[in-house]
Amino acid sequence: MTHPEFDAIVIGAGSVGNPTAYFLAREGLRVLVLDELPSSGQGQNKAAIGGVRATHSDPAKIRLGQQSLEIFSTWATTTGTDIGWKKGGYLFPAYDEAVEGELEQLLPTQKRFGLTIDWCDAETVRRLVPGITRIGLRGGTYSPDDGQVSPLRASEAFTNAAVRHGAVYRYRESVTSLRMDDHAVTGVGTDRDVYRAPVVIDAAGAHGSRIARMAGLDVPVLPESHEAGISAPVRPFLDPLVVDLRPGPEGTTSNFYFGQDADGQIIFCYTPKQPFPGENRTSTFEFMPTVAARLVELVPRLKNLTIRRVWRGLYPMTPDGRPIVGPAPGVKGLLLGLGMCGQGLMLGPGVGRNLASLVLRGRPSIDPDVFALLSPSRDLRTDRKESLK
Amino acid sequence: MESSRIIRHPVLDVPSVPASVEFSFDGRPLTARPSETYAAALIANGVSVFGHHARDGAPQGIFCANGQCAQCLVVEDGRPVKACVTRVRPGGRVRSLDGAPELEPDDVPLRAVPFLRTVDTDVLVVGGGPAGLSAAAELAVRGLRVILCDDKSELGGKLTLQTHNFFGSVADCYAGQRGNDIGHRLEAEVRALPNVDVWTDSPAVGVFDGGGVGVVRQGRFVEVRPKRLLVATGARERALAFPGADLPGVFGGGAFQTLVNRDLVRPSKRLLVVGGGNVGLIVAYQALQAGIDVVALVEAMPECGGYKVHRDKIARLGVPVYTSHTVVRAEGKGRVERVVVAQVGAGFVPIPGTEISFAVDTVLIAVGLSPVDELYGEARRLGLPVFSAGDAHEIAEASAAMFSGRIVARKILADLGMPAEVPPEWLERSRELSARPGPVLGPYPVPEDVRVYPVIRCAQEIPCNPCTEVCPKESITIPERTLLGRPKLVGECVGCLKCLAVCPGLAITLVDRRIDPSGRSAKVTVPWEMPDGLVEAGTTVATTGAEGGPVGTARVIRVLSGKALNRRKMVVLDVPADEADRVAGIRVRETERPKRPANVLPVRDAEVVLCRCERVTKAMVEDYVRATGTRDMNALKAALRTGMGPCGGKTCGELVLRVFRELGIEGAAVTTATRRPFLQEVPIRAFLTEEPHDAS
Repeated sequence: MTHPEFDAIVIGAGSVGNPTAYFLAREGLRVLVLDELPSSGQGQNKAAIGGVRATHSDPAKIRLGQQSLEIFSTWATTTGTDIGWKKGGYLFPAYDEAVEGELEQLLPTQKRFGLTIDWCDAETVRRLVPGITRIGLRGGTYSPDDGQVSPLRASEAFTNAAVRHGAVYRYRESVTSLRMDDHAVTGVGTDRDVYRAPVVIDAAGAHGSRIARMAGLDVPVLPESHEAGISAPVRPFLDPLVVDLRPGPEGTTSNFYFGQDADGQIIFCYTPKQPFPGENRTSTFEFMPTVAARLVELVPRLKNLTIRRVWRGLYPMTPDGRPIVGPAPGVKGLLLGLGMCGQGLMLGPGVGRNLASLVLRGRPSIDPDVFALLSPSRDLRTDRKESLK
Repeated sequence: MESSRIIRHPVLDVPSVPASVEFSFDGRPLTARPSETYAAALIANGVSVFGHHARDGAPQGIFCANGQCAQCLVVEDGRPVKACVTRVRPGGRVRSLDGAPELEPDDVPLRAVPFLRTVDTDVLVVGGGPAGLSAAAELAVRGLRVILCDDKSELGGKLTLQTHNFFGSVADCYAGQRGNDIGHRLEAEVRALPNVDVWTDSPAVGVFDGGGVGVVRQGRFVEVRPKRLLVATGARERALAFPGADLPGVFGGGAFQTLVNRDLVRPSKRLLVVGGGNVGLIVAYQALQAGIDVVALVEAMPECGGYKVHRDKIARLGVPVYTSHTVVRAEGKGRVERVVVAQVGAGFVPIPGTEISFAVDTVLIAVGLSPVDELYGEARRLGLPVFSAGDAHEIAEASAAMFSGRIVARKILADLGMPAEVPPEWLERSRELSARPGPVLGPYPVPEDVRVYPVIRCAQEIPCNPCTEVCPKESITIPERTLLGRPKLVGECVGCLKCLAVCPGLAITLVDRRIDPSGRSAKVTVPWEMPDGLVEAGTTVATTGAEGGPVGTARVIRVLSGKALNRRKMVVLDVPADEADRVAGIRVRETERPKRPANVLPVRDAEVVLCRCERVTKAMVEDYVRATGTRDMNALKAALRTGMGPCGGKTCGELVLRVFRELGIEGAAVTTATRRPFLQEVPIRAFLTEEPHDAS
């Protein structure tokens, strides 16, 4: 019995899988993308709020973020497809010494990696975020090259572009096994068929470790759930995505962030003080009151918003807060693009480009030493978290 | 300008309060009646366009009149509000919404505190219509604590819009009384029960982790944790997709009833009704009652699906009923000015060359109802102990919904471990009440050799018996002994008019052959619910037969009115004796000759808007499905934004599924869109309390 044969199989049509498939197909590889859901981007991708930044504190994430920004920001001009890109920057306001100190401490690393970011005074913050409360405002950092995309349209755009370059998408198909031959991957078995390929990329997001386990690998990616919401559209007034790093006065949030997307909708999220491990995706009753109070207190004019929808998505977390990207240790042909820690959308294009480069040229497209920070072979039993998650 | 307000109505009490509340719309000073909605007040003042869509500038106006869509958004003092559910605030400054609303730069510092409140109860009943009210009463008399929430400010659900006498059985569901009166009766029963907590203006907006139901209780988001949840949220109107269906002036029959029967405004002068089910037939009648002309009713099937008595009622008044016809397009600049209909062939496809057009300002869509079952579905998905009743469970008449509520209440009692059974006769009666109209068997013949007798034109098996209950001589009976059978005169008639006053179908007239000793003429009494002035004593009127065909002319001897007549009038006619048994009604409008439109534009799918919120056309959906082969509504959401707007796909969901079917893809193969809270949009203020900032 002959099985369909491809050059590479991508497991997961999501934030990482779609750009990866696109970059591989664009270079002429015969690519198969498998997803258990009925269409592209239906896992955690669509739960993203769409912020894209290179403003991280980890060098590898800075580099991947920069690549993602380049890909997103030029997408409309290179492909003619609107993905809702909005270059509004990221703004981190500081209302206390702790946050001010934390932000200032990050600036040297961020600048060394070439990020356009600087401290700005309270006046500038108030100009960038009309209506932001002035009481106690000390200033903030602003990175004008960061921005936002529509997660839905971006996923759709990568998928369409990959298909135009010959990639084949199979939906409603669950991966049941990885085909191996002497520590080398030879293909993928699903609940419907078997596909052969010398390269398999595990981009299965929150379910990525289940796939890796099929190759005998223990990849410590555990989902945590986070909630988000979106308003009805209002006339554009807010350019940057705003991240308030202060813990909330209500005692349950550690930071919160929001922005206005290209459709005029205000989209928002908070990070709970106590993480919610697991795959529960049912919205909590507490989310909206909690985030509403933070939004309105920071920008009082938001009290006239109308809330349209809330949802809960999964952050595939790693022990050290860094993604796990690169060749799987001990399994030839298997690559991992996992553990995006809730930043799959913003890191995905960069990750995809590097994974494609690894497949095609045997090396990443960013500095290999920096890329190695994400290596699946690193010591993943550490507990050290990145400061600017 | 008061011309669009209903000042007098043949069967409704119109409060004599003047429109004294002042507000402004786009700077124009206007007035409203106290506690009127903005939508009603604007329509009363002749405004039908409330704004323009942000995407393409399409004019927006009233559509669902039910708080479910957001087509009627206006800006009140800086806040976007739904005009159909927001009451006029004295001095309110209202603007039309052209594009997305601007957030007013009101940045006075404040302290905002999350509003977190959880309420426990035995049963949460969502929906205070016939099913919810009946269920709440049944549960509460057994001692359970019940919270009954409803998104409207009045209980009764759609009963509040029903001005006609109800069908069904007198013993079980107040048949023969007007729906709005039944609503008040049920409400009074429930309000008298101390352990029912009634929350009006309180929509349920979602189910949350841990099984709580989110209710926006009069503007405050509250979590209710019930031991059992009963969803009795009723039905919503199905939409139709045709060019111009998105114009202001095209809306549902139920929306029309809300504006006319509840809000007492006239959103139209001349209209056409699409759909010959009970809703379509009833709204055509109610339009005439409100002084609005009905140029025609079209029905795609070869016969109207509603009760024959409803069809005949409007036909007798002179409204032409075009069966095997459908709406092709609505046209007009900024709002409906004209509608084109055509005969349909196989597959309900319009036959070219059969188009006719009517000059109208409104097209009412009454092509069926769908259960409002999102809350039920979400509760099921999350494993809550949930029940549904009434239209939310199965679309049927309101009389059936009352029964459904009581039956489900008993099931809930049993589920909670309390002794409760559903009497078998309840189930039987419930089946009868929700029965579809049966075959037209014709009426029983009129009696011979009697001088005074009712002519009962009840020709079809429908669940109805009030005439048999009111006759003082017990002379009217249903030989089959079921609610569905046709009534028959079996005894003496004293001419008391009670059966004429009660018959929901207005299908009974009284013939009295005693007045003319020569035997040339007879007295015929016709029940009458039309506006004053159309029929006056001493004038001559055109008489019509049972199904609306012309009979002749007759002189009006007098018009009777009185308390015992159930708000009806009785028109006593002097009719030639040989016509007496045939005269069933009075024509009030001349049927116009249909016009062939000069040029009929072909229907292009690119002009058919499916998703009104996001302005997605049928062509866009077809192209996308063909190009990608997708079977996933979520993919359409992502790519085209169908269902991403304020209504969350409640209107377009079925229309999009229909496109899949037209493309040869069965509904079962299509993944439906994922639901997330909120089932309707919620102002952010519902989630917090504001306090002045101590540093400001």
